[in-house]
Amino acid sequence: MLKPVDLKAFLIASTATLLTLLMILIGSRRLQNFDAALIAYLFGTLFAVFGIVYRYTVWIQRPPTRVYFVSSLKTLFSKDGLNFVGYTLKDFLLNIIFQRFIIRRSKYRGLAHLFMAIGCFLAFCITIPLTFGWIHFTLVPDSGMDPAAPKIYTAHFFGFDVMSFPVKSIIGFLTFGALNWCSILVIIGATYFLQRRLKEPGLIATQTFEGDILPLLLLILVSLTGLGLTLDYEFMHGKAYEFMAVTHAFFVIVFLVWMPFGKFFHIIQRPAQIGAHIYKEVGRKQGMQQCKFTHKEYTTKLHVADLKKITKEMGFNLENKDGESILDYSPEGKRDLLAIAHFKARKQSGDFFG
Amino acid sequence: MAEYYKLQEEFFVDMQRCIGCKACEAACAECETNGQESMIHVNYVDRSTTIQTTVQVCMHCEDPVCANVCPADAITKDEFGVVHTANTSRCIGCSNCVMACPFGVPKKIEEYDLMMKCNMCYDRTSVGKKPMCATVCPSGALFYGTREEIQAKRPNSTPINTFLFGEETVKTKVNLMMPKGSTELRVL
Repeated sequence: MLKPVDLKAFLIASTATLLTLLMILIGSRRLQNFDAALIAYLFGTLFAVFGIVYRYTVWIQRPPTRVYFVSSLKTLFSKDGLNFVGYTLKDFLLNIIFQRFIIRRSKYRGLAHLFMAIGCFLAFCITIPLTFGWIHFTLVPDSGMDPAAPKIYTAHFFGFDVMSFPVKSIIGFLTFGALNWCSILVIIGATYFLQRRLKEPGLIATQTFEGDILPLLLLILVSLTGLGLTLDYEFMHGKAYEFMAVTHAFFVIVFLVWMPFGKFFHIIQRPAQIGAHIYKEVGRKQGMQQCKFTHKEYTTKLHVADLKKITKEMGFNLENKDGESILDYSPEGKRDLLAIAHFKARKQSGDFFG
Repeated sequence: MAEYYKLQEEFFVDMQRCIGCKACEAACAECETNGQESMIHVNYVDRSTTIQTTVQVCMHCEDPVCANVCPADAITKDEFGVVHTANTSRCIGCSNCVMACPFGVPKKIEEYDLMMKCNMCYDRTSVGKKPMCATVCPSGALFYGTREEIQAKRPNSTPINTFLFGEETVKTKVNLMMPKGSTELRVL
């Protein structure tokens, strides 16, 4: 069933898309440096920008998400904010850059995911500015005139010269081959996860094709067709270039268009983990909540107070008439309450076992 | 994948029968979907005054509080009414579900920064087998089968799936064996 359009999210997403267009105009010097061959990628990226911002805006408006979003921003922009800058940077480095929490789940999984993440991130950093016309390369005319002279390229960013380097140099090799390195990293990582999903019974039982297998296939296809472009012009004299260019563009655009909807949206959601960590730290400073039954500390007072509000907003009233809430009990305390209630009911019936 | 799910088979819990042997805990860790982590809870109720123990599996609520309070949309319920453990790529380890579940079921694995919970041994139940814990419970506290089977085993009990927590009525997929004629259980 189609959900009604969220007007606020629609306006924010439209603004973000228009701002991106404006930045494209500025960065490409009124499309002077825009590569028309990349127009299909541009439309795919603009769609992704709109979709991602729309979904993100809808997402952070949900009561449980809003609590973390607002709390993190309030903390970082409060008087106490400076104390959290170091914490946030460290957390970002450990959990977003190095993805420690995945490595702890399994070293191989952690490493494979890191390969995919680095590959994707670098590829985004390269292809998005290229597509937007923010980066382009020109051949230094003098070096191009003399067939014997080494070819010198100049890299431009936002229309400004950044640096010049010979094509046949280490910088040239790394720069023009960067996307190939990204592809290799992504293929290694995605293949590792794909073989797991084809072998492990627990994953096979719970996975779905569109949610778990397709994203991996898509990553592999994007990378393979990307490598195919290099393969074609290096070893096949460009004989299959059009075919490779079209298939690569097709898979990349499917990836971009699907990004706001499918599994890849977790790339955008993941930094919320830092928000959850900050929230925990803030709460810890304000004091811990004690379970009414076990009398042990189980979470922060802030967490319990916010959960009471969130559950109400989500339509649950877990409080009794005396104002006592089940949320005042720890998970163990709740299990005990249920066991006690069950025992009492059995006892009242006059038979402990039915 | 789930074409063999036997909808006629249900889970029946009778924690009054739990003897605290923890066989279910060991069996649970064998479930392929948990990655060797045990998801079932067995604990003493109040060790200083009683030897009573309790056992708790996920009750698989009709409208799961855990999924509703999840800020990352990581918890989903499928067409069989099974509430699945957190999607590993989405869960941000906030513990909202752990603290909001009225039955105290989800576990936060701090090391992984991930919530995990019982998904009724989906690798087994989705192919027509019984959950690990129910196959090893020696005292009948955990039973998985048809209503006719449990009726024959416990003629003086009635399975209920309605629980009252304050003003909230929570309906679950998993049943609790109560004295004959019961319709609900008030916990708070």
